[in-house]
Amino acid sequence: MSIDWNQYDPNNFFDELIGENGEARVSAERLVEHLASLDEGELEARRQMAEATIHEMGVSFTVYTEEGNIDRAWPFDIIPRTISKQQWEKTAAGLKQRLKALNMFIGDLYDKQQIIKDGIIPEHIIRDSKNFRPECIGMKPAHGVWAHICGTDLVRDSDGEFYVLEDNLRVPSGVAYMLENRSITKRVLPELFEKEGIMPIGDYPSRLFDTLVSISPRRIKRPEIVVMTPGIFNSAYFEHAYLAQQMGTELVEGSDLVVGDDDCVYMRTIAGLERVDVIYRRIDDMFLDPEVFEKESVLGVPGLMRAWRAGNVALANAPGAGVADDKVVYAYVPDIIRYYLKEEPLIKNVKTYLCDDPEHRQYVIDHIAELVVKPANESGGYGMLIGPHSTKKEQAHFIKLIKADPRNYVAQPTLALSTSPTLVGKGVVEPRHLDLRPFILQGKNSYVTTGGLTRVAMKKGSLVVNSSQGGGSKDTWIVNGGIADAI
Amino acid sequence: MLSKVAERLYWIARHLERVENTARLVSVYDSLLFDLPGEFDISWYNLVTLNSAEKLFESRYKNHDERNVVKFLLADDTNPSSMLSALKMVRENVRTTRDVLPQESWEMVNELSIYATKNIQQGINRSARHEFLTNIIKGCQQINGLLTGTMCRDASWQFLRLGRNLERADMTTRLLDAGAAAQLEGEVETDMHISQVVWGNVLRSSSAELSYRRTMRSAVHEKDVAEFLLEDPDFPRSFRFCIDSMINGIKNLPNNAAAKKALHTMLEVEFELDSDKRLGFEFREYLNQQQVNLGNLHQVFNQTWFAMLKRGTE
Repeated sequence: MSIDWNQYDPNNFFDELIGENGEARVSAERLVEHLASLDEGELEARRQMAEATIHEMGVSFTVYTEEGNIDRAWPFDIIPRTISKQQWEKTAAGLKQRLKALNMFIGDLYDKQQIIKDGIIPEHIIRDSKNFRPECIGMKPAHGVWAHICGTDLVRDSDGEFYVLEDNLRVPSGVAYMLENRSITKRVLPELFEKEGIMPIGDYPSRLFDTLVSISPRRIKRPEIVVMTPGIFNSAYFEHAYLAQQMGTELVEGSDLVVGDDDCVYMRTIAGLERVDVIYRRIDDMFLDPEVFEKESVLGVPGLMRAWRAGNVALANAPGAGVADDKVVYAYVPDIIRYYLKEEPLIKNVKTYLCDDPEHRQYVIDHIAELVVKPANESGGYGMLIGPHSTKKEQAHFIKLIKADPRNYVAQPTLALSTSPTLVGKGVVEPRHLDLRPFILQGKNSYVTTGGLTRVAMKKGSLVVNSSQGGGSKDTWIVNGGIADAI
Repeated sequence: MLSKVAERLYWIARHLERVENTARLVSVYDSLLFDLPGEFDISWYNLVTLNSAEKLFESRYKNHDERNVVKFLLADDTNPSSMLSALKMVRENVRTTRDVLPQESWEMVNELSIYATKNIQQGINRSARHEFLTNIIKGCQQINGLLTGTMCRDASWQFLRLGRNLERADMTTRLLDAGAAAQLEGEVETDMHISQVVWGNVLRSSSAELSYRRTMRSAVHEKDVAEFLLEDPDFPRSFRFCIDSMINGIKNLPNNAAAKKALHTMLEVEFELDSDKRLGFEFREYLNQQQVNLGNLHQVFNQTWFAMLKRGTE
């Protein structure tokens, strides 16, 4: 028995592969047809092949539990999610626009703060932000770019439009999984890559490398680029190693680096000390430099901020860039785009209530059962309340939290997240909710990944897609043309 | 190349060599048991003595029987030199040097770890032990083959080479020492038959049996065996070959003066094998000295290339 698409019902949600009439969307026609041609045993064989591939490739992520850190195999669904090239191009332009404006905004905050003086953004939002770093005031990073690598979470609402859910401007992760998902899918569904116009995604590591080279303070032929990881116990260590390998750069930990008396950064090599030009750092601001931030941090490098401020090393992302991925600042991004670029935002924001505003706060408290409440500065889906899935007790608890620290909470309507067919049992396909995290690069030039990392909530009805909380992922196909070009 | 990466590569090779050596040793003892008539009491515990692990063993087990020894050598995670512990170290170090190794090495190491962990019981029980150990040895050779066939002969390769040869040289001296020890015990009865069994076993443990016969063209004889395993320039597990390999390995590494000196010192210490005396205490003394030299050599490597000492800007 093969998949019975007549039984597939995404309810009233927008489905990525199947249209409202029950037919496959243009970008998914060949895929759906191909899947229907596989019987239950064949589907199961493909699923097992994917599982074995992941196991052998050692694609893993680390989960923190009370019993210690466990390396889990990457949860993966073999059915890809498709998006038409046409729609993607529009979205990609919107993502570049957004990051450009955000970088201008960060630069302004650490300089004249014109946007505050002009009354677009209230001053206290910066003053109270956990991620505003006074140490960065007056810095002028290359090309005016603070956030060189950004992971922006997009969701589709029931109207089929993409909305930005949040921007991750600190140390966004997931891009290696995006690349690995593609290699797995190529092994599992090779037939489709022959005929289907699936856009390649493999150029990300070289684009990232070019971006990092473009911000080197020394204008030399081969600047020394390194990826800096907090170490093997970090949940994204796999990705740090993967990117270093793909770019052909060194993967360093804080203990491999030292700042000299000349305020330059050096790495310890078998031949002695070697100067480092660009650090793609995957550790948080607070652990970068024990001289300036967390005194107890052993992950960082004493004097790193000194070297950065002296202009002797570039840090990507720059310290302090996180001020713009605050969920309160998020609410102002459309205004930020209009203010700096004099353009209308190409991708919409989700309606956001700021609990700091008394009117908004009252609305949130009154409607808490319908809303999603998020702390302003957490990531990974921690500390969130999903109103419709919560108990009265949890709601009361969050109302207390909001009242105690209103600046730290925002709320959004519970979105009708789009779904996509997902293999949930032997030959059984059901709709599961998902989001999309594209990665945007900005240095001298900008670049957006072709698609991104699709994360899917594997539990029926669940809206939580984070891998740390039971989420899985899928390959994401940007499809050029439909069936007409393909055959 | 980062000091830390160099160090990890060196340890990958050392531990991988240890995994293979351990599997080989247990395998040789296993088959030896079938060859010996009942009156010979070859003791599995020799393998513990060989690895200088008596103290650790005593703290864990009472009986010196086969099961405990094999368990200790293959599976015990409190024994840092057990096969599984060494394999775990290989895996951890490969995991943190994936950026300088061929992509498939991680997959292979991962596969081997999964296989070893899943089937370890087969190694402990007698019935399927041979197949299990053969697969482990194959897995190690597959990984070494991949590295040999695909890696640039740059610094990364040289550190792997140093680790492999240092570990190998160490094992060769240990095997010879075990032979000499057994010989001394046996001499009480001056039974020549024991000598044949003992030294044949030393050769088999180093996979040297056939090469020995082809090169030395003689039956198994203690001094010939010692000469072959110490001085043969072409056999890849001979002490001499390992030292030569390391001398070549450091040739293009930076700041290699101290390592060069340490290596040449080891070639200068010779043992007079021509005398009529049988291999006894003096021979063991010599082997012991070379083991100390190997330990010093490791220290030199460590200080020259790995030590994370805070150096000023140079």
